[in-house]
Amino acid sequence: MSSVTAVAERNVSVQHWAEPEHPDERPFIRKYIFSTDHKVIGSQFLFLSLFFLLVGGLLAMMMRWQLGYPGEPMPGGGILPETMAAGGILLPEFYNALVTMHGTFMIFFAIMPLLVGVFGNWLIPLHIGASDMAFPRLNMASFWTAVPAGMLMLVSFFVEGGAAGAGWTAYAPLSADPEYTGVSTGQQIWCVSLVVLGFSSLMGAVNYITTIVNMRAPGMGWFRLPLPIWALFITAILILLAIPVLAGAVILLLFDQTIGTSFFLPETGGEPLLWQHLFWYFGHPEVYILILPAFGIVSEVIANGARKPIFGYPAMVGAIVAIAFLGWLVWGHHMFQSGMNPLLGTSFMVSTMIIAVPSAIKVFNWLGTLWRGNIHFHVPMLNALAFVAMFVIGGLSGVFMASTPVDIYIHDTYFIVAHLHYVLFGGSLFAIFAGIYFWFPKFFGRMLNPTLGTIHFGLTFVFYNLVFFPMHNLGLGGMMRRLYDPNAYAYLEPLQPMNTFITVNAFLLGAAQLVFLVNFVWSLKGGKPAGPNPWNANTLEWTLPSPPPHGNFAAIPRVYRGPYEYSAPQVEADYWPQSEPPEPGQEPPVDYTVREALFSGDVPQPKDAPETKGSDG
Amino acid sequence: MEGMQVYNKKLGMWVFLLSEVMFFSGLIGAYIVLRFANPEQWTDAGVVLNVPLTAFNTFMLICSSVTMVKAFAAIEHGDQAGLRKWLIATVILGAAFVGIQVFEYIQLAGHGFVPMVDRYAAEGGPLYGATFYTLTGFHGAHVTIGVLCMIFTTVLAFRGRYTRDDYGGVEIMGLYWHFVDLVWIILFTIVYLI
Amino acid sequence: MDWGWMLPEPVSTFGGEIDSLYYLILVITGAIFVIVEVALVVFVIRYRRREGRKAAYSHGNKVAEMVWTVVPFVLVLYIAYQSNDVWLRTKVAERGLENESALPLRVVGKQFEWNVTYPGPDEELDTDDDYVVRNQLHMPVGRSVRIELMSEDVIHSFFLPEFRVKQDAVPGMLIPVWFQATEAGEYTLACAELCGLGHYRMRASVTVHEPEEFERWVAEESSAGEPPEPVPAPADTARVDLEAAHDGGHDDRQAREGDDQA
Repeated sequence: MSSVTAVAERNVSVQHWAEPEHPDERPFIRKYIFSTDHKVIGSQFLFLSLFFLLVGGLLAMMMRWQLGYPGEPMPGGGILPETMAAGGILLPEFYNALVTMHGTFMIFFAIMPLLVGVFGNWLIPLHIGASDMAFPRLNMASFWTAVPAGMLMLVSFFVEGGAAGAGWTAYAPLSADPEYTGVSTGQQIWCVSLVVLGFSSLMGAVNYITTIVNMRAPGMGWFRLPLPIWALFITAILILLAIPVLAGAVILLLFDQTIGTSFFLPETGGEPLLWQHLFWYFGHPEVYILILPAFGIVSEVIANGARKPIFGYPAMVGAIVAIAFLGWLVWGHHMFQSGMNPLLGTSFMVSTMIIAVPSAIKVFNWLGTLWRGNIHFHVPMLNALAFVAMFVIGGLSGVFMASTPVDIYIHDTYFIVAHLHYVLFGGSLFAIFAGIYFWFPKFFGRMLNPTLGTIHFGLTFVFYNLVFFPMHNLGLGGMMRRLYDPNAYAYLEPLQPMNTFITVNAFLLGAAQLVFLVNFVWSLKGGKPAGPNPWNANTLEWTLPSPPPHGNFAAIPRVYRGPYEYSAPQVEADYWPQSEPPEPGQEPPVDYTVREALFSGDVPQPKDAPETKGSDG
Repeated sequence: MEGMQVYNKKLGMWVFLLSEVMFFSGLIGAYIVLRFANPEQWTDAGVVLNVPLTAFNTFMLICSSVTMVKAFAAIEHGDQAGLRKWLIATVILGAAFVGIQVFEYIQLAGHGFVPMVDRYAAEGGPLYGATFYTLTGFHGAHVTIGVLCMIFTTVLAFRGRYTRDDYGGVEIMGLYWHFVDLVWIILFTIVYLI
Repeated sequence: MDWGWMLPEPVSTFGGEIDSLYYLILVITGAIFVIVEVALVVFVIRYRRREGRKAAYSHGNKVAEMVWTVVPFVLVLYIAYQSNDVWLRTKVAERGLENESALPLRVVGKQFEWNVTYPGPDEELDTDDDYVVRNQLHMPVGRSVRIELMSEDVIHSFFLPEFRVKQDAVPGMLIPVWFQATEAGEYTLACAELCGLGHYRMRASVTVHEPEEFERWVAEESSAGEPPEPVPAPADTARVDLEAAHDGGHDDRQAREGDDQA
């Protein structure tokens, strides 16, 4: 009873939002289409990237059909044109396009915009107490640049020669000369689309960095930032520095394809390995772009679900920074078997091994957060726990390929496919689900249905593991990735039952996503109204109505403490909003004030915060 | 609030320039790798490329940085006439740089110095041409965009957009311009002189 | 359904070493995996929500965090240390081969086949008795082979699963590969790098003969085999010979980069 009263009082005391007498009078097109409001742009990114997630998933289903039932006509494959499937049987060149475009769509148009576009846009201003991004129009431009990039990529399926077929890594010379793949226009579109998308990402990154540095509310010191914001900040720096390298490389590749240069074509001195170095110099930071925001989201949800402060906040931040820094020194581990000097392989192995340490710190700190918590199993929490469980597998399987001799065998096999899906699906995508279930009420004012959410989670978790875990075994059996028909090799024939098993489960995994789709669409209008703070969370956005009004905070809030003050002894309720003014005589909680002074002396802080560690320390 | 906005833009420009550094670093890195792997495709300095002409061009671009500083100093003191005068000077110098570069391209192409492998007919090898046009071309595109933005800034200056208290637009324009200038000094050194 | 939890039986000298590294990592990561997942499940069950209970209020523990920073650090460096020696001996022929006399072979990948040049009875490449066999790799058991790996068009990857050998074949480069078969038999050479629409069928057979049998095979093939494709002479001028380049030959760059490798 008492905690309910506390909630009511608290909401009154920190009500910052605009009064209803100031209605939002923007015309429809400015409000929902060409909007500069970070919340609308975040939602636009959500719909766009969920669409591409669906596209990428469908491409994966087609690949799985071919692998599970090689040479058999795909059900419904008859509608595909003869250039893709002959009588419903997928052609090898179309299979290569599927491999390439599944990777491209998932990485660049689904996971990256989901993590960075959706949560970056939605959370940054709300979490730091700002009215909008630093550059709202640039933000709008960022979204409307991503749209044509994605559409272009889609259209490439229907041009002559089909979509790009050289893999999402587009290794030259295969990608550089249309003679080798038979794909000319598609590969050029692939290049152009990625450059255009690069502009979109850059605009976003400039915006995020400026906003986080400049627009934090009073009291929101660097070490009071919610972890998603730390993660997005570091991610934005990675995007800022990595994307231009990709853009440069892709433009050189485009020149090789179109005007007849030979940067990557060896006949006249070009260097195929130069492409790999440039690509992975971008590509490995990109891997962390795809996981760091997930770390942030999961930290937020786990602290909230366990009703406990995040374990070792400075170490969590330090680990993100360390990963981002080391991420620039490990790109060569993608190239151990590429013909690069083996001595370089040694140094890349050592740096790669070391980058496992900050990831381990994060996992153990999440466990520490759960320890002696009071764990609520709401749907976001289920997904966040699954993230931890699955990311451990993805992280540990990475140690195998970091070891250069072991990589000799498993490189370019399904072991790698298993590993990257444990990180990108088991990791990033579960975090994305956690984030969507967690913030959907804030985004749209209504709860996602928890029963459907639990069913979706359960089915996804089970089938996900049934799909991707056996891929480790395929890799151990020596099955190469990007292989149109494994039965072309006699020694892979015994693996066919396992391939069929994976395919069946992949279809079930795909079908399980329909539950999410139905829940999502239905809850937009029919979900239970959420109220301002359905999860009893601490961060600033939960002091606003759901969804927050245009302009967010009527008055810029003031922040008094860190974001993870759950179950503090000073207050009766098990949460303590960041902007709730302290009562007279109330002891302030742990604050990392020394570091804060180092990083931003200008943000006002409550004085004399003693370092009171928890008793169970 | 207005002061805050200018501050944001300045920070945003710095952040953007960091990404530009990475863009040119990637291209220059590729240049270095290709050149070390194929020294026979490069000639000694000045055999194919017109060094004196480009040295003059470089000098002009450096001058344009000076005039940009002058424009900025003028508006800092609220000197509208000075701002307009020096902005126009910067536009002219920048446009002249692009013009001379185009002239140089036409001349070089006439000698068979082209990026395409199958049409390359000058001394050295096709990678020489390809890297030359890529590096200087991307830089030239940056100058061209800079000149266009500078013209826009000049128009705004004539409309009295900038004052002693509000000159953020001139400042971030200047940041970009100096960056482009700096990149050119590096490119001139490694592409023309070494 | 055969899950295949173990690696297939290795048939090269270093295959066993690579496999023991794999199992070493499996044990270490397996232990961490079990600890983490068990802790996760135990915590989730033990500390599930109960009415009227508040979670412990703790912001962390420096000692615990130090322990789980240092222990993984030591473990991964140990794995790296164990790996490095095997790696260098496997990939750098000069370290692995020691003083053995190896059989020289040249393998050239192209869309979508492997052409193997055999040195013939004199056991020297680029002599008159060389012969080329398509999609068949033959070697004697118990003797090292030293392969000059090349590609004519795109990147392929020379993958001998049973031998634990994988090396990309990169156009414009000559990459040395060595290994030694320990058991006679029939094995597979696969392409492991996506190389175009025929990638999936770019395979070759690998036959490991008993030594006498191999000699017999060499004698048979030397009389019947195709003559080797002419290898263009290295360009000796500074200028690039464009016509030769367009024929897609191997110029002196390959040899140079091959030296870098070693």
